[in-house]
Amino acid sequence: MTRHLWKILALAVTLVAAPATAQDADAPIQRVLQEHGQIIADSSRLTIGPAIDALATSGLPAAQTVLEKWRAKEMWRDEASGLFVWAEEIDRDTIRAFDFADGAEIGTRPDDDYTQLKPNSGIRAMIGAALVRFQLSDPSPAIRARALNAIERDAEASHLVALREAAATEDNPRLADRIARLERLLTIRFAEDDAERIAAIDSFHGDLAVDVRAALNPLAATVIDVATVMPEGEAIVGRLRPGSDRLPEADAYAILVDKGLAKPRISRDAQRAALVSHIDGGAVAGIEVATLDTEAAREMAYAALAETGAVEPVATSAEITAALDGFTFYERYTAASPAVAIAAAAVLTSIENTVALNQAADLALDALSLASIYFLAAIGLAITFGVMGVINMAHGEFIMMGAYTGYVVQQIVPDYTLSILVALPLAFAITFAAGVAMERLVIRWLYHRPLETLLATFGISIALQQIAKNIFGTQARPLTSPDWLDGSLAINDIVSISYIRIAIFILALVFLALFLFVMNRTRLGLEVRAVTQNPRMAASMGINPDRINMLTFGFGSGIAGIAGVAIGLYAKVTSEMGADYIVQSFMTVVVGGVGSIWGTLLGATMVGTLQKGIEWLNPSNTLAAQTYMILFIILFIQFRPRGIVALRGRAAEA
Amino acid sequence: MADLTAGSLRSRPLVLRYPATLVFLACLALFTLGVTILSEGFGIGVISTSFVKTLGKTLCLCLVALAMDLVWGYCGILSLGHMAFFGLGGYAIGMWLMYERTRLIVVDSLAAAPLPPTPQEISDGIASQIFGVVGASEFPPIWAFAHSLPLQLAAVVLAPGLLALVFGWLAFRSRVTGVYLSILTQAMTLALALYLFQNDSGLRGNNGLSGLQNLPGLERVGQATVSLWFFWGSALALGLGYVLATWVVSGKFGSVLRGIRDDEARVRFLGYPVEAFKLFIFTLSAVIAGIAGALYYPQAGIINPAELAPIASIYLAVWVAIGGRGRLYGAVIGAAFVSLLSTWFTGGQAPDLWIGSYRVQWVNWWTVLLGLSFVAVTLFAPKGIGGLIDLLAERRRPDRHGKDLGPGEGALREEEADR
Repeated sequence: MTRHLWKILALAVTLVAAPATAQDADAPIQRVLQEHGQIIADSSRLTIGPAIDALATSGLPAAQTVLEKWRAKEMWRDEASGLFVWAEEIDRDTIRAFDFADGAEIGTRPDDDYTQLKPNSGIRAMIGAALVRFQLSDPSPAIRARALNAIERDAEASHLVALREAAATEDNPRLADRIARLERLLTIRFAEDDAERIAAIDSFHGDLAVDVRAALNPLAATVIDVATVMPEGEAIVGRLRPGSDRLPEADAYAILVDKGLAKPRISRDAQRAALVSHIDGGAVAGIEVATLDTEAAREMAYAALAETGAVEPVATSAEITAALDGFTFYERYTAASPAVAIAAAAVLTSIENTVALNQAADLALDALSLASIYFLAAIGLAITFGVMGVINMAHGEFIMMGAYTGYVVQQIVPDYTLSILVALPLAFAITFAAGVAMERLVIRWLYHRPLETLLATFGISIALQQIAKNIFGTQARPLTSPDWLDGSLAINDIVSISYIRIAIFILALVFLALFLFVMNRTRLGLEVRAVTQNPRMAASMGINPDRINMLTFGFGSGIAGIAGVAIGLYAKVTSEMGADYIVQSFMTVVVGGVGSIWGTLLGATMVGTLQKGIEWLNPSNTLAAQTYMILFIILFIQFRPRGIVALRGRAAEA
Repeated sequence: MADLTAGSLRSRPLVLRYPATLVFLACLALFTLGVTILSEGFGIGVISTSFVKTLGKTLCLCLVALAMDLVWGYCGILSLGHMAFFGLGGYAIGMWLMYERTRLIVVDSLAAAPLPPTPQEISDGIASQIFGVVGASEFPPIWAFAHSLPLQLAAVVLAPGLLALVFGWLAFRSRVTGVYLSILTQAMTLALALYLFQNDSGLRGNNGLSGLQNLPGLERVGQATVSLWFFWGSALALGLGYVLATWVVSGKFGSVLRGIRDDEARVRFLGYPVEAFKLFIFTLSAVIAGIAGALYYPQAGIINPAELAPIASIYLAVWVAIGGRGRLYGAVIGAAFVSLLSTWFTGGQAPDLWIGSYRVQWVNWWTVLLGLSFVAVTLFAPKGIGGLIDLLAERRRPDRHGKDLGPGEGALREEEADR
């Protein structure tokens, strides 16, 4: 009772308010809507097309509002007059209605008088497509860009027309480019005319973008088919022989079975199950179970069973071979138009070539950065081993000490940039001191016993590794690079290099320059070379060989420390990180040629390139890459035992 | 002392000519007898089965140290890859042990099936049992001979031997010597270890081969007995290996080897084919190492690629250096002493040591001690533990008069050569 009272009251209010806001039934937008009033109200995906088209092509500014509100389920229809409005729900029973024509508020109404239009998702998608046209002609470039994003994400055939219209009017050059590109992409996917599609396909020659490949791949898709005689025609890609890589025999036979051209074959398990289920008094189809211990016997027993009708007959291996021989297998394009498929396949091939080219470039960059890491790890060795001839197996542990120095500094200095700047000289100082101590305590007693130097430094290496493990634990410690080294320099979709690798590359170049400068332009370098060539002569010239040896060894070790900081930024810091590099470092020096910094550079480049190259041939397996690289080096030393840059004369014999 | 090659000693049997060998063999026999009597399997049970295994493994390590001493101590080739040969021997025998044991299990389980198994089913069953862990179910080609014990036993000798032969031939013919050779051998073992670490290497990647302590078909015998069998086998191998090594390094052949060690160029100029000598001794020692590995890993029960890591071969050099290289018993003493000490320290049995307020736990600090003592041995006692025996022996030995004829300590002196 009360409820009816309320309704009457509400109606009264409506009646009072109504005359003030009469709705203009003759507004152009309303007319368009009324023209299709019935199908809009029916809201069926099958019939709604003309209504949306009419709105979209009406050219009325209000049409966009209609479409947006409609899609948002905010369009209502006046049950009495059939006029359309958009409205906000105020509460369960009342709405606030607005006129489409001028956006004026009509007033607050009870919702019983109106029917809300609830388009389903299919219709909403169609409305969305129509809206794109409005968004593409929107005055704001941001909205136009957003519309393009939406199309890129989820393109539809209807977008094509909108894009073509927009292409004519777009004045922003960047957006115009995007529109033109998208238009070509959508042409490939949705255009009716084959010539048009082929033209669009050809325009993408060598384009690296992923969306191009996504658009082309389905067009160039192929399927393997079978016939008794090899068919002719454009759609045929080529003949396939069963047993080849593309078509293993089992797959080929499965195709025949699928098409009903051959008897099914039976898996070993199914055959066994069938035999087991037909065991009858210790025999299967009269064959004793005990004899069924070979494949041939089982096949025979199954055939015997099949003859009695107990199981379905299956193909024997002879039949399988015969069936495969009796048919021709071929590959054909699945696309409706073979010409389009051929064009797509051709462009895909060109894209693949471009991709391969760019991957090679990317690989070269990777190899370069790996080479600079090896160079960094080896340059200290180039001094201690190459120049002095001291084999220092604890060199890797100096690298590790440098990396841990960086880690400890980062615990104290929180700013990453500053901490790296502090860590570099500190690492040099610490490893320099360690190197000098080691030279004084151990190495100088063993200068003429290289094998024993190797062993003694191994002892030190083992001890240092374990000490680091005791102090820092076994888990990897982070050495975080500063923010400005994060990220990578992307040249295109495929070629990119991280800034940290660039930094390591530059650091390697700096070290090379430093080495050359110290060795060739300073007093120390002169004395080092003198002592290396002839210690007694150098001593008689007033050079103290002990001091020079000590400083040289310290210098080489110090550089290892700095290299440790750099390597720590890029790889993990563990107590074993030095051991990971030591063999490769020695290889680098030996391959390059002992005693020559240029040799070390070449050696590092070769080892790095080689490793990346092998990894590329067998991408899943970096372990195998290292194995083959070491094997290659062992063989390489066969042919150039003194390395790439072989020293001649006295220095070579020292 | 074992270096004497005077003609008057020629006619006597080898063992009698070198009393040190006799002493060593006697000690080994006594030790074997003692352990057997004290063991659980055949004796009074004072020594646990696991310790018998440890001792047996130690004997194998002594054998590989002996091999190392042959190449390094006598021929001067510091190989840092001999544990690769050791590991290869272990893998070769491990393949048969694992295959045969799995085969018995599979045949057992298939016997209960209603149909008798076909050979294919058995082979598939074994393959999926062994390689399921690396996601494969087919036998890789290198398992082609795993079903046959004689062929795998041949592989114990042939695999390390061939690798050493090829590698040595490549290295020696290009005159790679000294530290370069050491690094090259280290690279070899690293390459091999990295290769074996892959899952598709066909040897179960980093899982390695396991369950090797169970002899196929002998499950009922019990580990106490099996461990002793292996212990005896190891002792026998060590004894034979020792005699073989004595024979090799004695006489003219041994003199040439030591000559190569001391001055390769001179020996070459004297007309000896230095490369052939080196290649022979390198390959022989690799074969010995392979046999030692084949005896070691059934006692250890498991082998994985980490065993071939370069560090293992370095430890081998450490043992020989600490024991005293250039004498056969030195290598044996070094390997036994250091590896048993290492077991003791890393097993957590050594008491902790307090330095001030810091507690030195030997599990963590043993490696440091080993590394540093190794440095100390290299610097101050190049003769190693064997040097102690020299101290004792020299008391009774007559002074050797005359000038050195050769470059090394073991070289003949003028008066000896005149005899």
